[in-house]
Amino acid sequence: MPADIPRSAEALAAAARRRRRLEHALPWLVIAGMFLVWEAAVRAFDIQPFILPAPSLIAESMVKWWQPLLTNAWATLLTTTVGFLMAIAFGLALGVAIGSSVLVYRGLYPLLIAFNSVPKVAVVPILVIWFGAGFWPAVLTAFLISFFPIVVNVATGIATVEPELRDVLRALGARPIDIIAKVGLPRAMPYFFASLKVAITVAFVGSIISETVAANEGIGHLMLVASSRFDVPLVFAGLIVTGVMGVAMYWVAVTIEERTTGWATRGQNDPRLATGG
Amino acid sequence: MTALPSPFVQIDGVAMRYGGVEGTLALRGASLDVGEGEFIAVVGPSGCGKSTLMRLVTGLWPPTEGTVIVAGKEVSGPLSIAGMAFQNPTLLPWRNILDNVMLPLEVVQPHRRQLRSQRGHYEHKARELLKLVGLAGFEAKFPWQLSGGMQQRASLCRALVHDPRLLMLDEPFGALDVFTREDLWDVLQDVWMARKPTVILVTHDLKEAVYLSDRVLIMSSRPGRIIAERTVPYPRRRSLDLTYTAEFQDIVHELRDRISDARKAEAPDAR
Repeated sequence: MPADIPRSAEALAAAARRRRRLEHALPWLVIAGMFLVWEAAVRAFDIQPFILPAPSLIAESMVKWWQPLLTNAWATLLTTTVGFLMAIAFGLALGVAIGSSVLVYRGLYPLLIAFNSVPKVAVVPILVIWFGAGFWPAVLTAFLISFFPIVVNVATGIATVEPELRDVLRALGARPIDIIAKVGLPRAMPYFFASLKVAITVAFVGSIISETVAANEGIGHLMLVASSRFDVPLVFAGLIVTGVMGVAMYWVAVTIEERTTGWATRGQNDPRLATGG
Repeated sequence: MTALPSPFVQIDGVAMRYGGVEGTLALRGASLDVGEGEFIAVVGPSGCGKSTLMRLVTGLWPPTEGTVIVAGKEVSGPLSIAGMAFQNPTLLPWRNILDNVMLPLEVVQPHRRQLRSQRGHYEHKARELLKLVGLAGFEAKFPWQLSGGMQQRASLCRALVHDPRLLMLDEPFGALDVFTREDLWDVLQDVWMARKPTVILVTHDLKEAVYLSDRVLIMSSRPGRIIAERTVPYPRRRSLDLTYTAEFQDIVHELRDRISDARKAEAPDAR
């Protein structure tokens, strides 16, 4: 009888391994499947390339135009990253202020909501008037569109410190800044990283909007030029490159998150954390 | 029990109202004295303002009326000579147990100044404390790797690490199962005997109150005040067998009756 146990445990481990492998492969399978269905649909219904180009055609266009795609993608990545970093700095500072002071919250929140409701595409022309077409309007649009989720999440993390914990520290004579440093900020980190995942993707939206309106480089600009020449496969190539950059940056955010705030997702399908000490 | 000329904690005619003039009156005319090194338990019907009393004594909130004097000084702000523990252990999930216990040292003077230069000394102290409550070997674990009872032990250590002269416990064992709770009673008893802090234990468990304290104070329904007290005669160290003796049960019953009376008498004009 006892001999059976290790065997079944082995079988269980093997099943778990298979499952994990499937989980890792699944995103790629889904993406591949989507392109296959797309390709098949375009061929089956004989859709014209200037309406919906087949993935094979887009790939061809990518190979053909790899150099402009790469330089423009680099420009977009640069503006997005700069805008995103500004959003992190500003969002963290404002989030801490709003989360730790009811007065700041009451005073600033309505303005923030109003500000966030303004379509950023309407702001771009103003930025162009101020800074001229090109780098800065794209950076600032990425910044403007991506700081809001960071502010809201950091503020939430800091404002929801358990009252008992606050009492323990206050009773010891802790100043508000001590409470923020020892409890508020570490506690807000999971919220902060959750917001980064949203912010980085919308930052791309921001910079590309700006590039589409007024710029002489960047993926948005490239897509605008391509569509004016009815080069629809190249427009789609630009979209796909943008998607890839978004996923890559998202992955960076997730990796940093896992390294720094593993305590917040303990035991969720991570055996290293569940048994570690 | 020590018979000092002036009590360590002196609460005199204290009233506490939340939320302005029309707010809830949590306490009215509450008065009590606690001697230095005394262990008192405060019991009462739920919502009688026991936790409010704690927050007043530690200076977290100022009273609406009356005075609170601790260690000869009127309380006007947070007291760093107090340690607190609550029903919820409130450990920080990103810190291991040792770092959690050492948190007050990063806040309270003079430890805060000395922590960096004398880290070894303080760490040793925290480890000794963890050993005292039976958590030796768990220093590097994180709170979520510990059971509720173990987390509460760590929370107790955190309340004690800066050698507070006053220990405020707000239903610290309320969320634990009976066996764990009884274990922790003895842990608390040992800690008290080893360090003799003044303890104010707020609880709704009468057995716990009688087993642990020198004196049990009974509060009325809201607005709360102290309506009766009962001295507990047993010498320490007490053993759990004591709780099964007839005399002990009688004390518990007596307290129970007084609380039911309090609830009946005070219910109609609660506001």
